[in-house]
Amino acid sequence: MYPENYRYTKEHEWVHVEGDTGTIGITDHAQHELGDIVYVDFKYGRETLKPGQHVDQGKTIGSVESVKAVSDIYSPVSGHVVDVNHTLADTPEKLNADPHGEAWLVKIRLSNPGELANLLSAADYQTYIGAEK
Amino acid sequence: MPIKKVRSHISPNEALLFERSSPGKKAYQLPALDVPAVDPRDALGAQNVRAEIAGFPEVSEVEAIRHFTRLSTWNYAIDHGMYPLGSCTMKYNPRVNELVARTEGLAWAHPYQPESLSQGAMEVMAHLESALCEITGMDAVTLQPAAGAHGELTGILLIRALLEKQGNPRKKILIPDSAHGTNPATAAIAGYVVENIRSDEQGLLDLAALERSVTEDVAGLMVTNPNTLGVFESRIIEAAEVLHRKGALLYMDGANMNALVGIARPGDFGVDVMHLNLHKTFSTPHGGGGPGGGPVAVKKPLEPYLPVPRLKRDGVRWTFNYGCPLSIGKVKAFYGNFGVLVRALAYILAHGGNGLRAATMDAVLNANYIRKKLEPYFDLPYALPNMHEVVFSDERQARLGVRTGDIAKRLIDYGFHPYTVSFPLIVHGAMMIEPTETEGKLELDLFIDALISIAKEIETEPETVKTAPHSTRTSRVDEVKAARKPVLKWTPASP
Amino acid sequence: MLEACGVESPEDLFAHLPEAVRLTRPLQLPPGISEYEIVDYFRRRGEETAGGCASFLGAGVYRHYRPVLVDTVVARGEFLTSYTPYQAEISQGTLTTIFEFQTMICQLTGMDVANASMYDGSTALAEAALMSARLSSKGGLLVARSVHPEYQAVLQTYAKNQGMPITEFGYDPETGMADLDDLERKLNDLTAAVIVQSPNFFGVVEDVTRAAEIAHRRRALLVMAFTEAVSLGLLQPPEADIVAGELQSFAIAPSYGGPYAGIIATREKFARQMPGRLVGETTDTHGNRAFCLTLATREQHIRREKATSNICTNQALIALMATVFMSVYGKQGLRELAEQNLAKAHYLAGKLKPRFSGPFFNEFVATADQPDGINAALLDKKIIGGLPLGRFYPELSDAMLLCATEMSRREDMDLVADAIVQATPALVPSPCATGVRG
Repeated sequence: MYPENYRYTKEHEWVHVEGDTGTIGITDHAQHELGDIVYVDFKYGRETLKPGQHVDQGKTIGSVESVKAVSDIYSPVSGHVVDVNHTLADTPEKLNADPHGEAWLVKIRLSNPGELANLLSAADYQTYIGAEK
Repeated sequence: MPIKKVRSHISPNEALLFERSSPGKKAYQLPALDVPAVDPRDALGAQNVRAEIAGFPEVSEVEAIRHFTRLSTWNYAIDHGMYPLGSCTMKYNPRVNELVARTEGLAWAHPYQPESLSQGAMEVMAHLESALCEITGMDAVTLQPAAGAHGELTGILLIRALLEKQGNPRKKILIPDSAHGTNPATAAIAGYVVENIRSDEQGLLDLAALERSVTEDVAGLMVTNPNTLGVFESRIIEAAEVLHRKGALLYMDGANMNALVGIARPGDFGVDVMHLNLHKTFSTPHGGGGPGGGPVAVKKPLEPYLPVPRLKRDGVRWTFNYGCPLSIGKVKAFYGNFGVLVRALAYILAHGGNGLRAATMDAVLNANYIRKKLEPYFDLPYALPNMHEVVFSDERQARLGVRTGDIAKRLIDYGFHPYTVSFPLIVHGAMMIEPTETEGKLELDLFIDALISIAKEIETEPETVKTAPHSTRTSRVDEVKAARKPVLKWTPASP
Repeated sequence: MLEACGVESPEDLFAHLPEAVRLTRPLQLPPGISEYEIVDYFRRRGEETAGGCASFLGAGVYRHYRPVLVDTVVARGEFLTSYTPYQAEISQGTLTTIFEFQTMICQLTGMDVANASMYDGSTALAEAALMSARLSSKGGLLVARSVHPEYQAVLQTYAKNQGMPITEFGYDPETGMADLDDLERKLNDLTAAVIVQSPNFFGVVEDVTRAAEIAHRRRALLVMAFTEAVSLGLLQPPEADIVAGELQSFAIAPSYGGPYAGIIATREKFARQMPGRLVGETTDTHGNRAFCLTLATREQHIRREKATSNICTNQALIALMATVFMSVYGKQGLRELAEQNLAKAHYLAGKLKPRFSGPFFNEFVATADQPDGINAALLDKKIIGGLPLGRFYPELSDAMLLCATEMSRREDMDLVADAIVQATPALVPSPCATGVRG
């Protein structure tokens, strides 16, 4: 369920690092809590998130909406945006179907790979969400 | 248990106006012009004149009246029966209020007509201001805000203005986590940062947390009393003192005034500024979502900052005073939702002091009756005495897979509008119920029986509840589709 | 019931309140009165407020005939006493009418999406300004002096606390139109929105297209306000990014200033930043067409401090009045109504000297010496004259704002014109003074 080679945050994001690029998304737990997802917004401060934008770990990079709730997305890592998954604009339901794969949100070129050490492993994350219940 | 309150009935289908429309049909008739006609292109310039209003409907009078009448039959309303909506105070909307609001001189009064011709309207406003001061125990009132949230904004702006005059508007507004969503939204629009205060394990304002949080950076606390659990904040006076010691102010959201009128006055327990909801406590009709009225009442120190103009007695006449140098300005054009003010005053006149107090007593009695009767069946997360409303949780039912939203939908099959679902947020799966004084024992018993029956259904046939309602002409709507692919207007291509 | 609650008297239910908070005396309000006495109280207040006078006041509140059907429909308890349509299954009546309302507003304004109404035109404009700030990530506002003064005042109140500086640009004293050269000079890269009103406070139709071009060159939005909705029956829909307007003219009684209904309408790409309720089309579980409140995640009850606005109420019943009005008049009727308004105002203007040469709809500024004296004389004839402008525009203290609608009678207009001409010696009524524009 939760890929071993991903890292997780307490705010329910994941990051999958390949080389110096991290792919970011929200976890299955998050999509389940939100319910049917209707919209994804990519924003850093007041600006739309674009390739080249520098983001800091822990800062908001957008939000995910269901009918009855909105959840901010916090970047698990610092770096420069390489790509944003705009296909989610037409098919936000992918976030419910495949949150760890097809419905990735943002790709970032890491500026500080050391940050990954602060994130949770798959096992720790599962313990964490188990405890939350 | 058979459902007693309602039975099936056929209801008419009805298309949209645009689908009924065809060229040449008309429902209007204008008198002949008694002056020469003017060519719009000459008078306005060709580039300013539009082509026809594409898509605009054309229907006959019969079609129009049938259209709206048929649509109206698809609505539930107070005139049908109880709305147990917590914090909405859905009491009866007296019809005499509708009549008096249409009094010709008042209904056709233009806000800029000479004051000498407006004394009646001004007297109405002055009378209401004075009555609201007496009811709230405050010193001055503005009738300008159009609704509760608007009143909240006005109130917070007043606080800002006073603190600014003292040299520092400060940065934060404290808001309990049980608060209505308009509270933090308002604080943000007023330019403040919101800091949440957790409720204690009894659901009340945590005074220790408050003491820690009130610094010289805090402009004020927004509190609802009784709170959104329907419980009176017993330490409100102490809370006010904590704030005042640090130069901060206490704002009260008056949404729950229906528990206090004639019993306790916010001005007497430390509130500096508050808003009222005329469409809740004072019976003005909701009309499907508005209009409302959100007067703001203040203590003397805030009076100079009230929006202009202020009503003033000039000898034997009323006049509008615009000479208020410290005023925050205007929050709305003109003077307020005058038509709503008329209705609220009519309500107050009809009840009088004793009647208003009696209404509060009945409202609280009704809520307590419901609480006692439903306690065996639904979880009561907070055990303190409640006032005009009671909040249950769906905890027990959730274990069987049924949530508050489902129970609410099943209530519709029993002939009632749902209670307030999932609010306040501090209760898991909240069921917030406020009957108001309008409901007699008959209606309350039907409501109680309905919920008890549903509680039993959840044990024996939960699917019935989870897929409710079953007997409405419209079943559960696809809100997800509506949000993913918003269709916000009719276009000829629409199905 | 008391027994079920386990108490002996209703007072016991309040026993838990601290002594210090309890009101220990009755409310000092007179005892309740009967229905007849209530009706009589307001009847007397009505008599103390001008009744039976003809009126030539406009200035943001207009005297139009209210078709009987309007009150017939809104008197129905199912509309009057129903709640906000959060429970779609039992609110399809309200939801359907709001959907129709949103549609008709789009048709009238030429915009892609309209919301389910704001408190009024003035707060709609303020919210439109805040919306521009969100959309552009900038804060400055450029507001035409010819925008309704009270709307400007409300804008000030809202903008001040959002750190949005407001700069005014003037109007051309010859045409009465917003001075777009002045706009260009004052516009800069920090401007979020340019705000004009058309027809403006003086009744003059603005060149919204040119204002929009100027605004867009500096990546600012063009917000257009309107106060006279009937003008939409005749005037070209504006080239605006956001339209904020007042619908009082659509069968909403003047009622001494409220309740009214404002609207915000905008382009599709801006829809998610729009405040207020929105009704959308969908289907129910049986596949039937149904309507529901949607895009609620913009709103206060979900986003709380990050909401697009704090607004909760919309003016549903008032919007319903407007919807019925629009249905009664329809495509042809609204046009004909607007043309009648045009004719009436131009007849009156023809007997006077309009101050401005710009094109006007049903309101115009007339030079008039001692406007207060003129109005006093007219009052003796049971006519309320135009609005003396000195109170808002010191440079126009020798002028009044006159409005004529389909309800204005020729004989009253003749009396008004006579009174003004008699008091203003310099007046030479020009037969061509109908604000002709090439």
